[in-house]
Amino acid sequence: MKVRLVDIAHARSGDKGDTANVGVIALEPRWYKVLDEFVTRSRVTDHFRGMIDGDVDRFELPNLNALNFLLHGALDGGGTLSLKTDAQGKVFSTALLRMVIDVPDAEAERLQLPAAK
Amino acid sequence: MKKIVRVAAGQGFWGDDLDAPRRQVEGGQVDYLMLDYLAEVTMSILQKQKERDPSLGYARDFVGAMESVLPAVLERGVKVVANAGGVNPAACAVAVKAAAEKAGSKGGLKIGVVSGDDLLDRLDQLIQSGHPLANMETGEQLSAVRDRVLSANAYIGSEPIVEALAKGANVVITGRSTDTALTMAPLRHEFAWSATSWDQLAAGIVAGHIIECGAQCSGGNCLYDWRSIPDLANVGYPLVEVKPDGTFVVTKHPNTGGRVSVQTITEQLVYEMGDPHSYITPDVIADFTTITLAPDGENRVLVSGIKGKPPTDKLKVSVAYRAGFKAVGTLVYAWPDALEKAQLADRVLRERLDRLGLRFERILSEFVGANATHGNLAGDQSDAPEVQLRFGVRGSDRAAVERFTREIAPLVLNGPPSVTGFAGGRPKVEEIVAYWPALIDKSVVTTKVDLIQ
Repeated sequence: MKVRLVDIAHARSGDKGDTANVGVIALEPRWYKVLDEFVTRSRVTDHFRGMIDGDVDRFELPNLNALNFLLHGALDGGGTLSLKTDAQGKVFSTALLRMVIDVPDAEAERLQLPAAK
Repeated sequence: MKKIVRVAAGQGFWGDDLDAPRRQVEGGQVDYLMLDYLAEVTMSILQKQKERDPSLGYARDFVGAMESVLPAVLERGVKVVANAGGVNPAACAVAVKAAAEKAGSKGGLKIGVVSGDDLLDRLDQLIQSGHPLANMETGEQLSAVRDRVLSANAYIGSEPIVEALAKGANVVITGRSTDTALTMAPLRHEFAWSATSWDQLAAGIVAGHIIECGAQCSGGNCLYDWRSIPDLANVGYPLVEVKPDGTFVVTKHPNTGGRVSVQTITEQLVYEMGDPHSYITPDVIADFTTITLAPDGENRVLVSGIKGKPPTDKLKVSVAYRAGFKAVGTLVYAWPDALEKAQLADRVLRERLDRLGLRFERILSEFVGANATHGNLAGDQSDAPEVQLRFGVRGSDRAAVERFTREIAPLVLNGPPSVTGFAGGRPKVEEIVAYWPALIDKSVVTTKVDLIQ
């Protein structure tokens, strides 16, 4: 079943130099394992291809039902050097929430995940 | 020893709500008011002000904030900790003292002034004695930009603030203290936490991280269920109620808007997060994967379980340097084919800049309304009602950037059709002050505390 990240998670992002961070948080604690399993480092790298120049790091925070991603080379130099509207990566979080993941039907039904329309 | 210490945040950055400090001391019980004024580039702005006038170089908003909370400080014993000192904490203290006396404080303020973070006058000596202050991101040596450096400050920890409070200060003014130390130091002082009480110190740092951006943890900028967050116009700023063991509750005053919930706190915890296992500060390394959040009644979240470990032997240094010039121009194109028109304008503009022989280190065009924040992820926007071309250039040659700013307006009459939104006039050329993060040995940074009464 196709599931939109925006229907199962919320997120906030910020910056450190030319790196944007995106913390993505499960809307329901039981949905954290879906994030953990399907929102992988390689999935996020593919998602942002063409938007960032560097690598992606992923960290898990099961205690907060959250994952933290570092998107390197995301901010056109970052800080005051950047010419981007989103020079401080404030809304990269919402760009990640555009992701659609494919969850096996049985698991999606068991966890009552909302299906993408 | 107090059983609970309450630290309230009244300012999340220089430019935040001017009335928030007063509301924080008048809206309910508070022991300490914490005010964070310094962002990465703020120090360089203050350094420029100090160069023009040696009695400036601090966050002047703080003087007004102190006037507004003076009755609470003098009559109810609320203490204030602020990094408003910028590059001139002593001048900041003089200004606060003068304003307080004018308001009738009768010597009731005891101001602790923390200095020693400012490395600008010592830079050459530090570089010569083997501290290269290499850029943490690029590895480049500071000598590459040495002649363009405007300010250089080490991020200092809780130690000197604790010292000032122990000497009896009821107002502590620091320069480039870490944001989190402003919250942790009063807790360390009240509860007599030792310099190796790693878990408690880490809890104080996490408390500081949660409230250092003001209302961003109490309903501001919160994506979770944002439509239901009540009364943002009267948003309550956060405070922490901390116990001696380091567990604490995040809450806000009664009769305020906004929300404190597990979700609002979680969003703030992940804000600007790096490796969550190692949130590095001068005092302690906090492990964010050990934090437990639990609801504790309406607009109350209990935070517990936090583990800390010893810090490194380095301090982070924030260097600001002149890095050229930039300008950004915008034009709005309307349906039909708004995006296509804006894209043609972009090509025309690039060709004209090229023909003029103007060279830039960077040109960036964005199509606001189509792809500025989400890139290609936004999908097909060819039918958008309007699209703003946002065209930016950056370079070391001021004249070239200046010349670029003359090329926007002509496009209104000699470029693609259906264009508007140029009423703001020519774009302004801005000098770029860039940020250079580095590390330095702790042993070469000595802080000092002066008491002014």
